Amino acid sequence: MSTPASTAALGADPGFVVRLDQFSGPLGLLLHLLREERIDIADIPIARIADQFLHAIGGLGLNQAADYLEMAGRLLRLKVQMLLPRRDGEEGWEDPRSELVRRLLEYQLVKEVASWFGSAAERRADQHPRGYLPPPPELPPLPLTLDLVALLKAVETVIAGIPSPVLHSVVARPLDTEGAIRRLEAMLAEREEFSWIEALGPRPSIVDVLSTLLALLELARRGLVSLAQPEPFASFVIRRETLPEPIPATLLPAADAAESTDPTS
Amino acid sequence: MPLNPLTQLVEAALFAANRPLTVEELQTLDPDAALADVRTALDELREHYDFDGHAVEVIELAGGYQVLSRRMFAEAIERAQITMRIPRLTTAALETLAVIAYRQPVGRAEIEEIRGVSAGGVLRSLQERGLIEVVGRSEAIGRPLLYGSTPLFLELLGLRDLAELPRTEEFNVALQPHVMTTPDGEFSAASVPAES
Repeated sequence: MSTPASTAALGADPGFVVRLDQFSGPLGLLLHLLREERIDIADIPIARIADQFLHAIGGLGLNQAADYLEMAGRLLRLKVQMLLPRRDGEEGWEDPRSELVRRLLEYQLVKEVASWFGSAAERRADQHPRGYLPPPPELPPLPLTLDLVALLKAVETVIAGIPSPVLHSVVARPLDTEGAIRRLEAMLAEREEFSWIEALGPRPSIVDVLSTLLALLELARRGLVSLAQPEPFASFVIRRETLPEPIPATLLPAADAAESTDPTS
Repeated sequence: MPLNPLTQLVEAALFAANRPLTVEELQTLDPDAALADVRTALDELREHYDFDGHAVEVIELAGGYQVLSRRMFAEAIERAQITMRIPRLTTAALETLAVIAYRQPVGRAEIEEIRGVSAGGVLRSLQERGLIEVVGRSEAIGRPLLYGSTPLFLELLGLRDLAELPRTEEFNVALQPHVMTTPDGEFSAASVPAES
């Protein structure tokens, strides 16, 4: 069974589409197999027919396969049931195939009735009624007056009604505060003081800005840097802090540092 | 010899309508006419068409009467593309109709069991074409919808009523001894217990 399933996943085999037209279901296919083999429907060699059935549905696309696979399952179960040993003359033993035989005969009858319906409909179609059809009621009164402006206006209304596609931009990587901290620490090791613009580096993305800001706040909280803004709206200055001495005095009067450098706070 | 006035009235109505008209509908044409009068008028019209060499005939269809062109002209009419032939139904649609016509009212599950394939799409398109309709709900779990055939189904097959459907014994099914039919002529699963 694994082979048909895996080949089916690769797409419908165009060869079987014709078969689908030919048979309107697994029972139709089964009847066809029995007829081809000239098999007595009352004594179906289940094992052979099951194998042929599986072979026939091998190239079936998954979408059409459900009904056929269900029948394949039934056939395999019958095959197993037929293999089970039974005592001769055992009372109450019912041929496991009888249900299938009943269904096949019933379906064959349905097919006969269907073909009778088909030819009855054909016979009926040979006779024509008057070709009168009532006019569709919802048409606007004729003649339809419409100038170009009105038409364009209508087009605009329709176009305006089309919702613009909602686009979500996906952030390729999340905020990298840890990385920004490492970068800033490296800069601090080299220089005692640098500006916010320098800290950002060339052409920062919005994620870089946010990461750097969070990293600076974190470093300030740990007391490793002090942040100072010399005047309103100026780029603030990042200054390396020597750890042991907590110096609140470093906060300049106009300082807009995010946090005190006091580690005890 | 001119037709009598009620017959003319019936002829006009059948000509104007594009569907079968019942005797009751035709009776409303003349308040003084009895149903028997209408039937007499229909007979007169039919004989008139048949014996005077007309190309149309009165057909009893789906519980009513309709004037249709005679079969012998079908090919010429279609070849000249004067009118279209009713499109043929698919095998799946015909099989589904077959089950519904003989088993109605019948639910989707039973149809699928008999045909061995899912029936949702076929049922919907048959319903859209007006050939079947929902006639109720089953008492079974989930109260599934039950389907039955419509007058349009009879019209499509050219039948007067459901009793005109052939009895199932008339079909030549292979290995006849195994066919299980009930005395009513229905093909039925009732005699075989559900699989264990």
